[in-house]
Amino acid sequence: MSGQDGQRPPAAQAPPSGAPPIEVHNLTVAYGRRPVLWDVDFAAPAGQLIALVGPNGAGKSTLIKAIMGLLPLSAGWVRIFGEPLEKRRRDVAYVPQRESVDWDFPTDALDVVLMGRYGRLPLFGRPGREDRRVALEALDKVGMSAFARRQISQLSGGQQQRVFIARALAQDASIYLMDEPFAGVDAATESAIVQLLRDMKARGKTVLVVHHDLQTVPDYFDWTMLLNLRLVAFGPTMQVFTQERLNETYGGRLNLLTQVTERIQREEARRRTV
Amino acid sequence: MDPIEAVQHLPNWLRFLTLQDANVRWVLFGSILLGAGSGVLGCFAFLRKQALLGDALAHAALPGVCLSYMLFQSKNPAVLLLGAMLTGWLALRAIQISVANTRIKEDTALALVLSTFFAAGIVLLTRIQQSGAASQAGLDKFLFGQAAGLVQHDVIVLGGLALALVAAVVIAFKEFKVCAFDAGYAQTIGINVKLVDGLLAILIVAAVGIGLAAVGVVLMAAMLVTPAAAARYWTDRLSRMVVLAGLFGALSGALGTFISFLAPRMPTGPWMVSSVTTMFALSLVFAPRRGLLARGLLHWRNRRRTAEENLLTTLYRLGEKGAASVWPIRELADRRGLSLGAARRTLRRLEGQGFVLGTSAGLEAAAGGSVWRMTASGQERAARLIRLHRLWEIYLTERLRLPVDHVHGDAEDVEHILTPELEAELERILDRPRLDPHGRPIPYPEVVSEGP
Repeated sequence: MSGQDGQRPPAAQAPPSGAPPIEVHNLTVAYGRRPVLWDVDFAAPAGQLIALVGPNGAGKSTLIKAIMGLLPLSAGWVRIFGEPLEKRRRDVAYVPQRESVDWDFPTDALDVVLMGRYGRLPLFGRPGREDRRVALEALDKVGMSAFARRQISQLSGGQQQRVFIARALAQDASIYLMDEPFAGVDAATESAIVQLLRDMKARGKTVLVVHHDLQTVPDYFDWTMLLNLRLVAFGPTMQVFTQERLNETYGGRLNLLTQVTERIQREEARRRTV
Repeated sequence: MDPIEAVQHLPNWLRFLTLQDANVRWVLFGSILLGAGSGVLGCFAFLRKQALLGDALAHAALPGVCLSYMLFQSKNPAVLLLGAMLTGWLALRAIQISVANTRIKEDTALALVLSTFFAAGIVLLTRIQQSGAASQAGLDKFLFGQAAGLVQHDVIVLGGLALALVAAVVIAFKEFKVCAFDAGYAQTIGINVKLVDGLLAILIVAAVGIGLAAVGVVLMAAMLVTPAAAARYWTDRLSRMVVLAGLFGALSGALGTFISFLAPRMPTGPWMVSSVTTMFALSLVFAPRRGLLARGLLHWRNRRRTAEENLLTTLYRLGEKGAASVWPIRELADRRGLSLGAARRTLRRLEGQGFVLGTSAGLEAAAGGSVWRMTASGQERAARLIRLHRLWEIYLTERLRLPVDHVHGDAEDVEHILTPELEAELERILDRPRLDPHGRPIPYPEVVSEGP
C-alpha cells in the first residue's frame, strides 16, 4: 500500500502483537429485558474461515451486530486485535443481510461498492480516482465488473449479494463478518463466494460467516461456532461438527435457558401492555 | 408613457410575466427558493421512508409560530421561523421518544403528535385573533400559505436559509446517501449515523419552517415529498434525483405564485401543491421505463409476441403430426381459441417478420379463408420454443416431481421467457434428454445433434 491517503496509516495489516483478531468476553445482549445472547466467550483464530451456525433465533445476527458495535451490550466486551472496536474500525468489514436494505434505492452497483471507501474519506470528502479503481477491482473479484453501471434493483438476488461482498472487499479490512451471504443465492454465486472465501484465507484474512446449510459446513469452513443463545461449541470444524454437538445446538427439547428466556419475554410483554 | 405606468395598464398575467413589479419579483424569487429547498431535502425524507414525518413537523410548527408572535409581538419571519423550528423539534423528539420507550408504533406516534400540536396551534391562533391586535391578521395565512404576503425582507431571510439548506445537502451528500441506503452499514464504517440523522432532521425542520409562509402548515408535507416522488420516476441516480426534485419544487413554487397572482385572494399553498401534484401525475404516466405508459407498452408488446409465438408452436405441433404442411387459418384460430380476425392479424405480423407464408388460393380460399405454412426460419424459431417447453416439462416432472398432467400450462408460460443462459443450464442439468414426459421428441439444432 502506498499510504497516499495521507495522515492516517494504512489499516488492514494485523498488528505484530499477536492478539486475536476478534476476542469476545462475557458478552450478553438483550432486547428490552429479554436476553438474546448469554455470556458468550471466544477468541477467533487469525486467518481462518469460521462458520457461525445455529437454529433460527439463536442470536447469530445479533452476535455479528454486537461485534460490529450496532447493538448496545448488556455486559461484556469485544476487542479487535486487542483493542476496542472504535480504534480498529478499519480492520473490520461487515456484510449485512441482503434483505436489510431497499434495493430500489436510486444508485448503481459501482456506487454501492464505493460506499466501502467512505470510511477512509474525511468528513464530507468525495471518493477519488484511487477509490474508484479499488471499487472496480472489488467488483471484478466477485465477477460483477460487467454490471458496474447496472441499477441495483435490476440485479438478481445473487448479484446483489455479490455487490454487498464487493463493498466489504473495497474496505480492504483484515476481518470480515458476513451475515448469511449464501441465503437465497444461485449456484453460480455460491461457488463464486466460496472461491472468494478461499482467496481471502490465502491472503490471511479472518472471515466469520453466518451459515445455514449444515451439509456444506465441513467443506467450506475450517472452524465452526455453534450458537444457541449461548456458545455451545467453538473450535476446528473436525472437532466441533459432531452429531452430539449439533443435537445440543438444535435439540428439539426446550432447555432451561430457552424456557427462562420465554418467561422473561412474557413478563416483559405484560409489563408493557399495562 | 412611463414604463412603470405602462405596466400598470397591462392585464394581470402579463404584468406578472414582465416581472416589472418589484414585489412580484421578490415573491416569485422567494417561492422558487422555498420550492427548491424543500424538494431537495424531501428526497432524503422520501428515501428514508419518513414522508409522514414532514407532515407531523409542519403541523407542529403552528403553535411555535403563534407562541413567537405572542411573546415578541412581531411578524418578523426570522422570529416566527425560530418558534416554528422549536416546536417542530419538540414534536420530532416526542415521536422518537415514544417510539423508543413505549409499545406505540411510529405511525401512531406521528398521528398523535401531529394532531396534538396542531390542536394547540389552532387554540393559540384563535386566542390571538380574539385579542384583537391590529397587526394580528396575517397569522392565519400560515394555515394555507400566502406567498403574496412575502416582502423583500422576508425573501432575503427565508431564501438565504433555503440556499443554505441546499448547500448543506451538497456538502454532506456522501454521508446522507450512505445513511439513507444502509444506516447500519454506515455506522460500521465509522460514520456517525446519529449525527447525520440529527442534521437531516434539523434541515427538514428548517425546510418546513421556511416553506410555511408560502405554503402553509397543512400542505407543507406535499412540497417535501411530492417533488422527490416525481423525480424518482425519471432517474436511477441519486444526484440527478435530488437536482430534479429541486427543479420540480422550484417550478411548482413559481406556478403557484403565478396562479395566485391572477386570483389575489387565493392562498398560494393549494396552487403550489396542485402544480407539483400535476408534475407527479405526468411523471407517473409518461416517465420512460417506470411510467405507466412505458410499462403498459412493454406489457402489450410481450402479449403480442406471446400470441405470435403461440401460433408458431401450433404450426409446429400440427407439422409434427405430419399430415400436411399447409394449414387453413380457421383450424389455427380454433386450436388457439382465437377469432379469425385476431388470428389473421397475428399471422400477418409473422409474415412480415418472415416466419410464415400465407396464400389465399385453392380450396380454402374458395371457402373464404387463407392457408399458411412456416418458413425455414419460422421452423427454427418454433423448434426452440418447443424445446424450451418440453425441457421445462421434464424439469418439472423429474426434478420437482409434479404429475405429468400438471406441467403443460406452466411450460406454456415459461417457454416465452427463458433466456439462452437458462436454456443452456436446463440442457446441462437434464443432460439433453430426447423425449419429453409425454413421449414427444425434443428438437435440438442440427449442428449439435451430430455428436456422438
